[in-house]
Amino acid sequence: MSKVRVLAGTRKGAFILTADGKRQNWEVSGPHFAGWELYHLKGSPANPNRIYASQSSGWFGQIIQRSDDGGKSWHQPGTPPGQEPAPGPPKAVSNKFVYDTSAETGHPLTTHQWYDGTQHPWEFKRVWHIEPSLTDPDTVYAGVEDAALFRSTDGGENWHELAGLRGHGTGPKWQPGAGGLCLHTIILDPSNPERIYIAISAAGAFRSDDGGKSWKPINKGLYSKYIPNPTAEVGHCVHHIAMNPLRPGVLFMQKHWDVMRSNDAGDQWTKISGNLPTDFGFVIDVHSHEPETVYVVPIKSDGEHYVMEGKLRVFRSRTGGNEWEPLSKGLPQKDCYVNVLRDAMAVDTLDQCGIYFGTTGGQVYCSADAGDSWNPIVRDLPAVLSVEVQTLA
Amino acid sequence: MNLAGRCDLKSQISQSRRDLGHPVIEVKAMIRIELPQHLRTLAHVDREITLEVDGPVTQRSVLDALEARYPMLRGTIRDHGTQQRRAFLRFFACEEDLSHESPDSPLPEAVASGKEPLLIIGAIAGG
Repeated sequence: MSKVRVLAGTRKGAFILTADGKRQNWEVSGPHFAGWELYHLKGSPANPNRIYASQSSGWFGQIIQRSDDGGKSWHQPGTPPGQEPAPGPPKAVSNKFVYDTSAETGHPLTTHQWYDGTQHPWEFKRVWHIEPSLTDPDTVYAGVEDAALFRSTDGGENWHELAGLRGHGTGPKWQPGAGGLCLHTIILDPSNPERIYIAISAAGAFRSDDGGKSWKPINKGLYSKYIPNPTAEVGHCVHHIAMNPLRPGVLFMQKHWDVMRSNDAGDQWTKISGNLPTDFGFVIDVHSHEPETVYVVPIKSDGEHYVMEGKLRVFRSRTGGNEWEPLSKGLPQKDCYVNVLRDAMAVDTLDQCGIYFGTTGGQVYCSADAGDSWNPIVRDLPAVLSVEVQTLA
Repeated sequence: MNLAGRCDLKSQISQSRRDLGHPVIEVKAMIRIELPQHLRTLAHVDREITLEVDGPVTQRSVLDALEARYPMLRGTIRDHGTQQRRAFLRFFACEEDLSHESPDSPLPEAVASGKEPLLIIGAIAGG
C-alpha cells in the first residue's frame, strides 16, 4: 500500500510525519537537529530514501545534512561509510558555499543593492531551498541568501555556484526583501533537462535554458507598486512559483501582492487574483493530476502577516485562476492569526491528491480529498518554515 | 591577565623522525576548548575537548587545529570565505573577552599551558 512521508522544517528542528495512503493515522519523528533552523528538506525523486536537509543557525551558519534511509539517520555528506554513527566525529564539511568570482567561470561581480540603495557585497547567509535532481540522487541544487544558485554533483559534499545567474547583468539591481536577498524557488523542468526556473526576493523570476549556464529575467507582466518603475525588468518580490510536472510550460506565481500565471514558461505573466479577498500571500501550489487546480493561502497584507478575520482558509481555483473558492472545513475559523510561509505547502501524487501546509503557529494540516476537508497532523510544532511530501510505493 | 604572554612551552614535547630519518623536534601544546552545545552535538564531543597545537598558540592556530580534527566545524566558527569570526560567537578565556584580539596574537599563557580552557561562546540573543 502506498505511503506518504511529510518533511517539515521548523524554527527549532525537523519533523518527519508518516502515514499510509489513507492519511488518517500519523507517526511523528523528531525533532531532528533540535534547536537549529531547518529552512527546507527535500527527498530525491530518483531515490526517495535520499533526503537533503538545510540546517542553519544565526550563530553557527550553514550545515547540509543527508539521509540515505528515509530520514532515520543523518550525516553530513562526505562522511566516510561506517564513520557515522560509530564513535568518533564525522569527517565532513558539507557547508562550504563560496561565491564564484573567478574571471574564468564566474563573474567578478561583488555587490548587489542594499536596503538604502547603496551597493553591498554578496555575503553567504544560509540555504533557503534544496532541489534534488529529478534523475540523479547525487545531484542537488541549493538556493541561498544572498541570492545565488549552487549545485552539488557528489551528494551534497561539495558545492559550486552556477555563477551565470548572479553575473548575468542585473545583479547590482537586486535588493533584499524583508527576509533577506534569498533565492527561494528552484523548479526543474521534467520535459527539458536544460531548463531551470528560479525566483528571488526581491529580484524576480529567472529562467535558464542551458542547464544553468546562462539566465534571463522572466518578469514581463508583473506590476509592483513598491519599486520606482513598477514594470521594471527586475526588482519584483516574487514569493513563490509552482508548476505541475504534467504541464511544465505553465507556471503559477504568488507575488508579494498579486497571484499570476504564465502559459509560456514565464515569458509573459497575467494576473489571476480574480475574486480572492486579498492577493497578498506566500505559498502557491498545483494539484498533482489537475493542472488547472491551484491553491493559495491569502494573507491579510504586507503589514499584517496573518490570515484575514482570524479565519484560516485555503483558496482553490479549478479554472486556473480568477475564480476562487474558500476551503475551510476542519480549519480554525475563529481567533486564528497564523501565516503560511512560501515553502510550506506541498501536494502528494496519490490518486486522491493530498494537500499539505504548515503554519507559523506550528500546525501541519493535511487534506486527503484535494482540499475539501482538512485535519491537523500535528498542532504544536515550532513555527513551520517548509513542508514537502514524498509519495512512496 | 597579560594577553601578550607567550606559552611557556612546558606543554608536551614530542619527537618524531621525518625527512629520511633526520630528527625533528616538534613543540606541541595541549589546549583545552569548550564548545557551545550545538557545536558539541555537531562534532559528537563532550563539553570540553583537548587539542594538540603546533607552534605558537593563537586563535588562528587553535582554530586551525580544531577544524583539522573536526572538519564538520569548518564554517561554523569562522566564515569559510573570509575566515572572520562569526558575528554571534565570542572567544573568552581567563575571564577576558579575546574576541577582538588579532587572530595571530598569542593566547594567554594559562590557555597555552592547558591550565585554563578557551571558551567559544554563542552570544545570548533572541527570546
